[in-house]
Amino acid sequence: MKVLVTGISGKLGRLVGLELLRRGYDVVGIDRRPWPEGPPEIEVHQADIRKRPAEDVFRTYRPDAAIHMATVTHLVHQSPDRMRVNLNGTRAFIQHCHSYGVKQAVFAGRHTFYGAAADSPLYHTEDEPPISAHAFPELADLVAADLYAASALWRYPEIATAVLRIVYTLGPSRHGTLGTFLKGPTVPLVMGFDPLFHFIHELDAAEAIVTAVAHKLHGIFNVSGPTPVPLATIVRAAGRRPLRMPEALFRMGLGRLGLPSLPAGAIDHLKYPIVVDSETFRRATDFRYSYDERETINSFRTAD
Amino acid sequence: MSGRCEATLLDNLFPIDPEVAARIEALDLQFNKFGVDPYGIDKNDLIRFVSAFAWIYRFYFKVDVYGLDHVASRGRGILIGNHSGGVAIDGAMVMGSMLLDAEPPRLPHAMIDKFIHQFPGASQLMARTGQFTGNPDQAKRLLRDERLLLVFPEGARGTAKLAKDADSLIEFGTGFMRLALETKSPIFPFGFVGGGEALPTIANLKRLGRLMGVPYIPVTKWGLLIPKPTRFQLLYGRPMTFEGTGHESDEVVNAMVNRVKERIHDLIQQGRALREKRISEEELVL
Repeated sequence: MKVLVTGISGKLGRLVGLELLRRGYDVVGIDRRPWPEGPPEIEVHQADIRKRPAEDVFRTYRPDAAIHMATVTHLVHQSPDRMRVNLNGTRAFIQHCHSYGVKQAVFAGRHTFYGAAADSPLYHTEDEPPISAHAFPELADLVAADLYAASALWRYPEIATAVLRIVYTLGPSRHGTLGTFLKGPTVPLVMGFDPLFHFIHELDAAEAIVTAVAHKLHGIFNVSGPTPVPLATIVRAAGRRPLRMPEALFRMGLGRLGLPSLPAGAIDHLKYPIVVDSETFRRATDFRYSYDERETINSFRTAD
Repeated sequence: MSGRCEATLLDNLFPIDPEVAARIEALDLQFNKFGVDPYGIDKNDLIRFVSAFAWIYRFYFKVDVYGLDHVASRGRGILIGNHSGGVAIDGAMVMGSMLLDAEPPRLPHAMIDKFIHQFPGASQLMARTGQFTGNPDQAKRLLRDERLLLVFPEGARGTAKLAKDADSLIEFGTGFMRLALETKSPIFPFGFVGGGEALPTIANLKRLGRLMGVPYIPVTKWGLLIPKPTRFQLLYGRPMTFEGTGHESDEVVNAMVNRVKERIHDLIQQGRALREKRISEEELVL
């Protein structure tokens, strides 16, 4: 079976490519970036998902399944074409799947879709709407991409479409939203708040994405790892020093004084939890994470 | 919750009470490798906090608790009672009775007002001790997980009662009843007496409160927002169960709510009579 992966040169994309290979799939990738030390079995086409050369890969390769991971998620990276990449890229992906007979499409989305607020419940279920896209415009493009991907469920019912809302990934690559946030020796926190953070080992996340292909999932699924852990506990377990700052100071210092340059809307994500219920995914696939909360944080901490 | 040096400071300020620690260990909760349950309850934070709170519960205040056996020792249920006394001292005392007096101890999840989680410190404390903003999805999930909820159907307007009205009941919300019907949870009614004496409010500053992000700021007889040491009566009545789906018309649900309200009114009256020594403990009908 032939599987096409967009965004394959990203840290998680590579893990997905390798996991597909391990399970015996034929893999081809599309990415604007190269994958220099990639395995010879995986052909990577350097192309932009929105452009003609990417469509040519769909046309000539005729994949049975396709996984869309070509989304820009770095909050610190405010490139002007982020919205266009995330939304138009997703649109192009869905349309190519339809045009070239892809039978299974997987959209690897984020659990931040649900948003963080003082009154949001723990354990969001898939039927809940996004609550704080208005408070966090930098996330609006990802929310829109998620909703657009989900519209394929009724637009192209002949394609088995799985929209995955995956919790923060963490692991030896030290990439991803949470990994980047924990990078420095001192991690700033908002004083008086300590939200639960839901995370999954990056290898488990890659396995979950491949599992969605293997099970031909059709629908929207939250994907999570072990039970959530308070952010300050994660920071300490990762060998970092938490630095609690009053919210006003935190806002003023963003992007200065060694603080990360986060958009103002991200502060709510450091005050309130986003925790998801992944029972539907577990029932559909029997997926179970392999790395528990401590092993996952340790793998991040001890990576060189 | 805190770094190593902060932890030592906290340990000195609030020494851990071994009896409290044993009680928290006995709670029916699943802690992960960091001592955190799936809802973010931190075992060590809870032990430290309840150790400090136990002193307030036992010595600063004194709570005469009656009918504690009426609250099931396991399984889902909703504690429903009256609110009074400016700030939610009543909620804290109910917590105290369930954690420090009940055998085995239980941790009720109070459905609290949204503004509390907007305050630094309060948000962290509430999150680590299992106290969430009242939200139907959250409440249903906790009940289906066989947890015990604590709901004051009078809401913030309940604590806003002035001292002279402390033992009266205002309109009850119906959300708790729909929850109970939908999740088939028993209701454990209670009446709380003495709230109006601990913190006798003579006025509520609503405009100033709004500026500070709270519903109101209570003003007491002595100006300060410090409750005086008080003896309270807390009476738990027999469990009440109702049949239905939770999707009945308001009329039907209101009739059920009124039965709970009458029951609580009766418990308050008995508590008041007990407080004024007009009846003895043996004469209580819970």
